[in-house]
Amino acid sequence: MSLALQVTSLSYAYQKHKVLKDVSLQLEKGKFYGLLGPNGAGKSTLFSLLSQLLSANDGDISVNGYDIKSAPRKALASMGIVFQQSTLDTDLTVRQNLQYHASLHGLSSKVAEQNIARELVRFSLEQKQHEKIRNLNGGHRRRVEIARALLHDPAILLLDEASVGLDMPTRDSINEHIRYLCKERRITVLSSTHLVDEIQTDDHLILLHNGKILLDAPCASALLTHQFNDVKTLYRQLIAGDAQ
Amino acid sequence: MKYWMAFCGIVTRELRRFWHQKARLVSALVRPLLWLVVFAAGFRAALGIAIIPPYSTYITYDVYIVPGLAGIILLFNGMQSSLSMVYDREMGSMKVLLTSPLPRPFLLVSKLVAGALISLLQVYAFFALAWFFDIQMSLLGYLFAAPMLFVTAIMVGALGLLLSSFIRQLENFAGVMNFVVFPMFFLSSALYPLWKLKESNTILYYIAQYNPFTHGVELIRFALYEQVNVMAFVITLLTAVVFCGAAIYGYDPKRGMHNRKAGR
Repeated sequence: MSLALQVTSLSYAYQKHKVLKDVSLQLEKGKFYGLLGPNGAGKSTLFSLLSQLLSANDGDISVNGYDIKSAPRKALASMGIVFQQSTLDTDLTVRQNLQYHASLHGLSSKVAEQNIARELVRFSLEQKQHEKIRNLNGGHRRRVEIARALLHDPAILLLDEASVGLDMPTRDSINEHIRYLCKERRITVLSSTHLVDEIQTDDHLILLHNGKILLDAPCASALLTHQFNDVKTLYRQLIAGDAQ
Repeated sequence: MKYWMAFCGIVTRELRRFWHQKARLVSALVRPLLWLVVFAAGFRAALGIAIIPPYSTYITYDVYIVPGLAGIILLFNGMQSSLSMVYDREMGSMKVLLTSPLPRPFLLVSKLVAGALISLLQVYAFFALAWFFDIQMSLLGYLFAAPMLFVTAIMVGALGLLLSSFIRQLENFAGVMNFVVFPMFFLSSALYPLWKLKESNTILYYIAQYNPFTHGVELIRFALYEQVNVMAFVITLLTAVVFCGAAIYGYDPKRGMHNRKAGR
């Protein structure tokens, strides 16, 4: 089995408050994983640890075969990250933001221009490339962020509540696009959300609650095992069970 | 090659941001010009400047304060850069820099260098304006000053970077102005020679002697007259290295303050 991401016994605490408790995950290459959990479940902390903005108290993380302790830069180079909060420079244009990201990943000018052109087409942003970010709507900004995260051809794409704050049609369009990319480019996607309706039955579902993994299985088989008809009921029952 | 690409990318980004924020250049120039035109005019009669190195003759007060005003541009721009880092962190764009697959010290130093280059642009714009007020150095003096201005800009920029690693919110930055920038500026040789300060208060004189900004200003002052103040150079350089090291430590997720903030 070829793994894009392996997390082993990961724990993290903000001072005395334990946010992640012995979390283990194995993500196969080319698959879509939905990380579902209520606010405060530990999703953003997990993403901060994966992206090395935080350092874990305990446990190991391996990205695309690279251990983040022994090969942190190779691990980071294998990841594309879209943070919950927008991280675009609003004073710069779409193209300038993409150029900045390409330079931070050490892409040569030629490769950077090729990849920027490719992503602008893929996300239908050619017409917007010279517009400043501050003039774009939320949906277009998200598209730019995802395009930027894919610019250096990562093996795994981390999306931390990428659709938060967007209206329903924009959310659906972005989610469809990401699933299409997952199939087309064979990249692994780990997409966190607190919105149950973003999970589809053919996704692999990871349910995080109070810093613990409650479920890690293909969504369809989880529904079958727990004998529920929809993800919403499954989610509510498992969360309620854990709270007791 | 990829380090060079990243360095160019960081510098280009900072220059583009600076270009988009033209008010920043105007405000950076208005402050020292007010000192030069208004403050210096008022104090010219009150403050006589004796012959002290690097000057070989009596000078007017406005000539004396020009290196200090170049210093204040560097100081305020250094603080503004760190303010923008706190803003970047609050707005999230700092994460883009910190998740780049390049060594974090390299990224932070590149950002410092980019900020220092922008400071230099502002200082030379100020020198050009001061030229019209008859404060003119030799061409060689202006060239000689460039590396010294750069070292001083790195020193104050590194201090700003260090402060930004400790500051949780943008609102807390007002405290930095009151407790760091103004004391650093007023307790230095930027506005008056230290022997004048010694005449009125010995304690303040010694504090000013230990203020690294004093040495940065003296470094610039000597360089504008084509001389090197070796002690000032060594102190400024060493202070820059110490501040840089501490700032890199502050941004290390394993050790520094950043660990407590990044995930929140």
